[in-house]
Amino acid sequence: MKKFIAAAVVAAASFGLVSAASAGTLDNVKAKGQVVCGANPGTAGFGVPDQKGNWTGLDVDYCRAIAAAIFNDPTKVKFVPLSSKDRFTALASGEVDVLIRNSTWTMSRETTLGVIWAGINFYDGQGFMVNKKLNVKSAKELAGATICVQQGTTTELNLADFFRSNKLEYKVVTLGTSEEAVKAYDSGRCDAYTTDRSGLAADRLSMSKPDDHVILPEIISKEPLGPLVRQGDDQWLNLVKWVHYALLTAEEDGITSKNVDEKLKSDDPEIKRVLGNEGKFGESLGLSNAWVVQIVKGVGNYEEIFERNVGPNTPIQLTRASNALWSKGGLQYAPPIR
Amino acid sequence: MTTSAEAHFVRQSFNEPMPPPMRTSGIIHWLRTNLFSSIINTVMTLFILFALYKIVPGLIDTLIINAVWVADDSKACVADKVGHPVGICWGFVAAHWDYFVFGQYPEKLRWRPELFFALEVIGLAWLLVQRIPRKDWGMIYFFIVFPIVGFCLLSGSETLGLSIVQTHYWGGFLVSIVIGTVGIVVSVPLGIILALGRRSHMPVARSSSVVLIEFIRGVPLITVLFMANVMFPLFVPEGWRPDSLLRVLVGVALFFSAYMAETVRGGLQAIPRGQYEAAQALGLGYWQMMIKIILPQALKIVIPGIVNNFIGLLKDTTLVAIVNIFDFLKVIEASLNDPVWRTSGMPFAGYLFAAIVYFILCYGMARYSMSVERRLATDHRH
Repeated sequence: MKKFIAAAVVAAASFGLVSAASAGTLDNVKAKGQVVCGANPGTAGFGVPDQKGNWTGLDVDYCRAIAAAIFNDPTKVKFVPLSSKDRFTALASGEVDVLIRNSTWTMSRETTLGVIWAGINFYDGQGFMVNKKLNVKSAKELAGATICVQQGTTTELNLADFFRSNKLEYKVVTLGTSEEAVKAYDSGRCDAYTTDRSGLAADRLSMSKPDDHVILPEIISKEPLGPLVRQGDDQWLNLVKWVHYALLTAEEDGITSKNVDEKLKSDDPEIKRVLGNEGKFGESLGLSNAWVVQIVKGVGNYEEIFERNVGPNTPIQLTRASNALWSKGGLQYAPPIR
Repeated sequence: MTTSAEAHFVRQSFNEPMPPPMRTSGIIHWLRTNLFSSIINTVMTLFILFALYKIVPGLIDTLIINAVWVADDSKACVADKVGHPVGICWGFVAAHWDYFVFGQYPEKLRWRPELFFALEVIGLAWLLVQRIPRKDWGMIYFFIVFPIVGFCLLSGSETLGLSIVQTHYWGGFLVSIVIGTVGIVVSVPLGIILALGRRSHMPVARSSSVVLIEFIRGVPLITVLFMANVMFPLFVPEGWRPDSLLRVLVGVALFFSAYMAETVRGGLQAIPRGQYEAAQALGLGYWQMMIKIILPQALKIVIPGIVNNFIGLLKDTTLVAIVNIFDFLKVIEASLNDPVWRTSGMPFAGYLFAAIVYFILCYGMARYSMSVERRLATDHRH
């Protein structure tokens, strides 16, 4: 009996290894006819169901961009909403093909979890929100302030680091969940509230008077968010990585979902390469050469995705800041397609 | 003779009936005995009346008069933007109604879940409403025909010409009802079989029932769900993985079967030994004895327990949210994150709506079980 159990465990484990390590995620995806994306179960601007229940958000659109590149159809996507606890397990077990769920790229995650980031689609960082009445213009003016923060997060540690390195006094109120922290701040228990800036923007909406609050300009931590895949499948990693770069390159070259058909007639050699009229860049990824055309027609370029989901005209009202192209003073930089 | 007959002293016409004295009947009597019978009761009554006077008008204002019934986005529900006080934003629920009911089920195919709901109501009515005849066909319909037809309707079937709808599109109330229904449809028969197995004298049936029941009861439902959805995929190759909703359905059904088994076993133990002996003396075999004599009595005793399990099951369907199945409560929570609708007051509308729906379902079940108990109460009366 014991031998049998041991054999069964070994068999199960080897099956598991085979499925996790089997190269050719792209072939699997093509066979299934859809990309399975680990998605956010509900973060405003990044992954949230709209009124009709369709998933919307920056991360969601990245997933659709991958589907558009492979199938020329951004709807061939299956979203598996994942909590922050089980997201990496789901990716490692092959339950999802790619995880795009505002996950921060850190060294320990990449060295211990068997995952690898394909890029940074949103540069986030911890910031502060204060009431306008305080008339505070910078986080460095927060000396002596009471600050609400969620318990047991890196946010709490970053906060301590920031105030210590700036030699400022502060009082901290830690709350169990982010909802409680928001409520405590809204009810006036704290002068300031701190979390990632993308979260601050969304949390401001749930204040009883959203317009009374401002987000301070300082960013006190690095939270690079991006899509990640399993280690060991370089073809798939390349594909996800270059979908991200294609979105940036399209913005850089001014190719939008509206003008892509005109741009196809362009004589500019760069645009000809990007749109597949010259060279075989798509084929080398295992896609068709019109892959960028498919992406841009499907979801637009990076700018369009950003503006649609989190930009100044949405309730979240984020500016590009670090997420602007490198040529416009931001950090988003794509290697050349050539 | 004649004189005595004429000179009678008995009135020939009745007195007009008079109302009973104020002190022993009528509204004043009721008030006196129930609300003002002692000083403490009088104080309590006055206090409660005062509290109601303070609370009810505000409640009506918030829930009905000032409530916003139609809204395109959160702006219609923010007092600053509309310029008058705003109560509960029912417009949020109204705008999301289809999403709350069907989840992401494709819009053009929503007649299929609608038909599924209708078939379920027919099945329930057939079984539950006393006047509808042929309960035996009703049982076959609800426990065999309806699950098969319902499954084909919801997930689609190529042979029937219904396009396939993968389960990750299912959501909202639909998924809650599917999980609840599957739990009930499976756990009743399986629970009875497990209970009989546990009381059987056959070693294999007995020990396997005991192991199954005790193992499943020994772990929390959350653990079962996690095992099904997070651990299970690690052990099997990609092609062999059943659908994630199916895994959860199997987990929930097994879990509640174990509880149902113990409830039914309680009923079986309450049946006096004489009933078994009498059935055997009549020459009935094991199954005839169980189906005709023992189970009808045993199940009748445990109706409150069974309904208690059903109510627990229905409420526990909300736990599937932790393995990322978007049940009724989870779709409401997810919608609250939508920036278009995100305001400080919106969670009240969402959670209150969820509470009302769950209360109606659970209270309905509780009331029905009470009426069944009264109807079947044939003995043990004093």
